[in-house]
Amino acid sequence: MAAGLQPGSQPRLGGGEPSIRDTHLIEAERPAPRLDIRSEAGQVFLPARKIIVFEVHPRNDSGPSARLHLPDEDATLAAGARLATALPPRLTILLRGDLGAGKTTLTRGLLRGLGFTGRVKSPTYTLVEPYKDSRISVYHFDFYRFTHAEEFLEAGLDEYFEGDGVRLVEWPDRAHPYLPAADLEVLLHVAPSGGRELSLRALSPEGQTCLNDFIAHTATRPPASPPS
Amino acid sequence: MRVLGIETSCDETGVAVYDTDKGLLGHRLHSQIDLHAAYGGVVPELASRDHVRRLPLLLRETLALTGLSMRDVDAIAYTAGPGLAGALLVGSSVAEALGVALGIPTLPVHHLEGHLLSPLLSADPPAFPFVALLVSGGHTQLMRVSGVGDYALLGETVDDAAGEAFDKTAKLIGLPYPGGPVLAKLALEGTPGRFKLPRPMLHSKDFDFSFSGLKTAVLTTATAPGFAPEDRADLAAEFQAAAVEVLVAKAMAALRHCGLRQLVVAGGVGANLALRAALDAAAAKRKARVFYPELELCTDNGAMIAFAGAMRLMAGEQVEASDGRFAVRPRWSLQEITPPQAAA
Repeated sequence: MAAGLQPGSQPRLGGGEPSIRDTHLIEAERPAPRLDIRSEAGQVFLPARKIIVFEVHPRNDSGPSARLHLPDEDATLAAGARLATALPPRLTILLRGDLGAGKTTLTRGLLRGLGFTGRVKSPTYTLVEPYKDSRISVYHFDFYRFTHAEEFLEAGLDEYFEGDGVRLVEWPDRAHPYLPAADLEVLLHVAPSGGRELSLRALSPEGQTCLNDFIAHTATRPPASPPS
Repeated sequence: MRVLGIETSCDETGVAVYDTDKGLLGHRLHSQIDLHAAYGGVVPELASRDHVRRLPLLLRETLALTGLSMRDVDAIAYTAGPGLAGALLVGSSVAEALGVALGIPTLPVHHLEGHLLSPLLSADPPAFPFVALLVSGGHTQLMRVSGVGDYALLGETVDDAAGEAFDKTAKLIGLPYPGGPVLAKLALEGTPGRFKLPRPMLHSKDFDFSFSGLKTAVLTTATAPGFAPEDRADLAAEFQAAAVEVLVAKAMAALRHCGLRQLVVAGGVGANLALRAALDAAAAKRKARVFYPELELCTDNGAMIAFAGAMRLMAGEQVEASDGRFAVRPRWSLQEITPPQAAA
């Protein structure tokens, strides 16, 4: 059921008015391409500088999951900034993907979306990099160096998972089964055609709300600039 | 004056005694892993709370090694940050408890200050001021060091540390643990230039580094159709050439910028022979000299902490007997460090 739709008439998923904070990230450099709707819920686009194909799959239980194509690093940053607009003050996000897939780049985009302008370095060595300058406290974890999951407890990292804060966790399986339950799963991998493919899946009602917001923001074009 | 040093900021547990008259009396590290294996900064054991188990034994061993008793120690220096909070707390609380029990002063030391000053422990030390390239699994920074506690950050990595890039590149092309050193060894068998990798930020006109994109370029090359296992040596050689070229170029630019002729290299990647050869050659052209710490002091250790504490005490830093109160600084910029504060 292919239907060539102008992006501006894409179905808006998740409802509600979009709140677009980072307009610098969403100015299209060129007209958005015509897109086909292939999945049941629709294929929409992320209005980043580089256009991203985006699929939304309805799930039987609580809501849709989403899949995006990120053609380059800027697109990964834009997707992270998009996710920032959908964040509640408390959420745990699993960041899966191989070395070089863009997990830290996505996190950098998210922090930029929250207004953090400083350096976003790899937390591989430090295990956790905290960011408290933005409106939401963000903790960026990386358990790449763990050789056994007990190190999560031995390093006292369980304490970071109590209370408010957005926690992004790279290599979460290396802290299994000690890592507390997560809300959202984000998977990045190198796309066969180049760039990266990003999949998002909710793991809790809070994660589903965040994902729905992300889809709603992502599926919506930026408002047209008022005539000057 | 004898200063006991305690380091527990990350993976390593280190204890040492430095004598301001006789120099380093002895030091002990928990993981006496192969020194070449250590330089990536990423070691297999990572258990902050293991510091609790290791520290009393290391203290006893160090005292036995130096023929001292706790009563012979005049002050205790310990790493108060930056690092893992849980790990820092172990060394800090042991140091402060000993300070209270013995009625002697304690000095919280910045971990990177220890690394920066460690080349001064060698037989042929540099003199202030100098430029320091701190390059390890966790850090990649260029600093102007004007004196004890007088450090100006010139530039640093904006994403991955150099040692981390070595280790992850090794993993990407299928090399076994410990990654970085294995890659460096394989690079000797390869030819740089057959594969083309970027030199990130080489022409950025600042002293910052970026190694994340280099890692991604390796991934793209190694997963391209037709890349065979026998190509790995050439890719390793090109990766090392790219990383070394950027480190050397920025270090030389920093020397030029500061108008200095002494470069100090600290941190685990400073053990990389290709980096050393390239730095030495580039420095020679500028009539500059490169100073390295003793190989065994490249990684985290207690000696550099004891030494940094001793340097501060010798510079007249005002200290009092410990009252047992302390705070760790998991995030602590070297920029916040001040020169030793002498008594008014």
